[in-house]
Amino acid sequence: MLTLLFDGVAYGMLLFILSIGLAVTLGLMNFINLAHGAFAMAGGYTTVLLMQHAGLPFLLCVPLAFVVTALLGALMEVTLYRRMYNKPHLDQVLFSIGLTFMAVAGVDYFVGSTQQLVQLPEFLKGRTELWDGALGMGHYRLAIIAVCAVLALVLQLLLVRTRFGAQLRAAVDNQRVAAGLGIDVNKVFLLTFALGSGLAGLGGALGAEVLGLDPIFPLKFMIYFLIVVAVGGTSGLTGPLLAALLLGIADVAGKYYIPKLGAFIVYSLMILILLWRPQGLFSRGGK
Amino acid sequence: MWAFLLCLPLLLPTHALLISEITIIALFAMSLDLILGYSGIVSLGHAAFFGMGAYSAALFAKHIHPDPLLGLAVATAVTALLGAFCSLGILRGSDLTRLMVTLGVALILQELANKLDFITGGADGLQGVVMGPVLGQFEFDLMGQTAAWYALAVALCVFVLLRQVVVSSFGFSLQAIRDNALRAQAIGIPVHARLIAAYTLAAALAGMAGGLQAQTTGFASLDVFGFDRSADVLLMLVIGGTGWLWGGIIGAVVFKSLHSIISAWTPQYWTFWLGLFLVLLMLVGRARLLRPWTWGRRA
Repeated sequence: MLTLLFDGVAYGMLLFILSIGLAVTLGLMNFINLAHGAFAMAGGYTTVLLMQHAGLPFLLCVPLAFVVTALLGALMEVTLYRRMYNKPHLDQVLFSIGLTFMAVAGVDYFVGSTQQLVQLPEFLKGRTELWDGALGMGHYRLAIIAVCAVLALVLQLLLVRTRFGAQLRAAVDNQRVAAGLGIDVNKVFLLTFALGSGLAGLGGALGAEVLGLDPIFPLKFMIYFLIVVAVGGTSGLTGPLLAALLLGIADVAGKYYIPKLGAFIVYSLMILILLWRPQGLFSRGGK
Repeated sequence: MWAFLLCLPLLLPTHALLISEITIIALFAMSLDLILGYSGIVSLGHAAFFGMGAYSAALFAKHIHPDPLLGLAVATAVTALLGAFCSLGILRGSDLTRLMVTLGVALILQELANKLDFITGGADGLQGVVMGPVLGQFEFDLMGQTAAWYALAVALCVFVLLRQVVVSSFGFSLQAIRDNALRAQAIGIPVHARLIAAYTLAAALAGMAGGLQAQTTGFASLDVFGFDRSADVLLMLVIGGTGWLWGGIIGAVVFKSLHSIISAWTPQYWTFWLGLFLVLLMLVGRARLLRPWTWGRRA
């Protein structure tokens, strides 16, 4: 029971890191980016390829995955995404589905469609049991929770305490007024998009061992990212965090206790929540 | 135009299967056009209804009665019920919420069809569907002649029906809602009731397309609910143009032709080119697709 809870939390934390970038793009630019999973996949593949071909250690590859995906995100923002901000939602959806299709087929072409395995370093492989096995904790999952918790804290500080965070919040609340006050909204968008993509890449790298990594990763997990964002709302970090944890625990527990119904529970829960609170569970009231 | 289309199975007897396939997805695209082009609801899960229709038609033929027309009517009715139920979900919230709800419904149905394997055959698909002759006269043949005629005839009926619908006051009120729901309400249009009606009708027609597919191929499998199918039909509609009944038909023809050309050339990676096409199309702007001389200008 506690083990399940633990696994659920680890899974939820991963989902949070993976989807926070999406929450920002959606909240900030009002852009529905279905290609977000593609960035996560890019991070995962960066790690796997670097480890296999360049022989770099896992701990070095994970930050590299962040950097590579952030750069990739920045590049895409300048060349492609920026033109799409003012288009209708339908166009954005189709555009990002197109990108996802390209990413899926591209990875399939260059790397192959097999599932990729990540070799964890020895010290992350073990497992600790507490209270006569009532709580079994994989060390790697423990590390994931720790890393993600620290990241969440850093992000919160970044958002609330720094000048950049203030600019970002201002741009989210009212883009035109923020621009009028001399904030370079385009630059804020660019940085945020890069950061969000980087985080997705980091999540993909960390999650490659837990979630599995193959070319259809962006399609498989797209719905999960969207659930986190839609249920959590886009107004802060707390909403997506709680939604991700809820989803992680519900998914792990659902698959364990009622495997016959599988993902059914999660989807039904999401639809019910969305019918009840269309703006998300934790949105700023009355919008 | 329709006379020409109806003669197609005679002119191209070897392509009869392809013709019925294109007709079915054209019907599917038309049904999506009703909610996307005319009512402005973005749906990523329209395949839910297509799949529901396919499974109901196949199950009905297998267990109750093999008559195609009766089966088609049942499939349409079942999907209309499902559509009416789901339409409650799309009334509230923004584009994102609608997207999620429609996508979620398709995923739930796919999951159900997968897990209820004693009814649906699970991942193996529903096999052994034997159809009776259409109207008691025309047997389904291997070449697909009957299937093509049957699909074309049904599609023609739907087209005529839809053309009546979109120029009726009902159709105009849908367009008013699409353009501005608040103002539409202010001039006395019952927004919710109209949206429910439109969504139910579109669902029923999508179910009809799914039923046709199951009947002409004698098979229903999990991929009828797939995300790809919902995305593909959106793409077709966008290629052909939304808010225009011919749009779905033209889009379906162009899309299928593109598909067969590209996948003959590179079967495994054709989604890459499809993706590239989508990205370019969206960057250029879909309204300008048919006007290449405006591509260089800023939107």
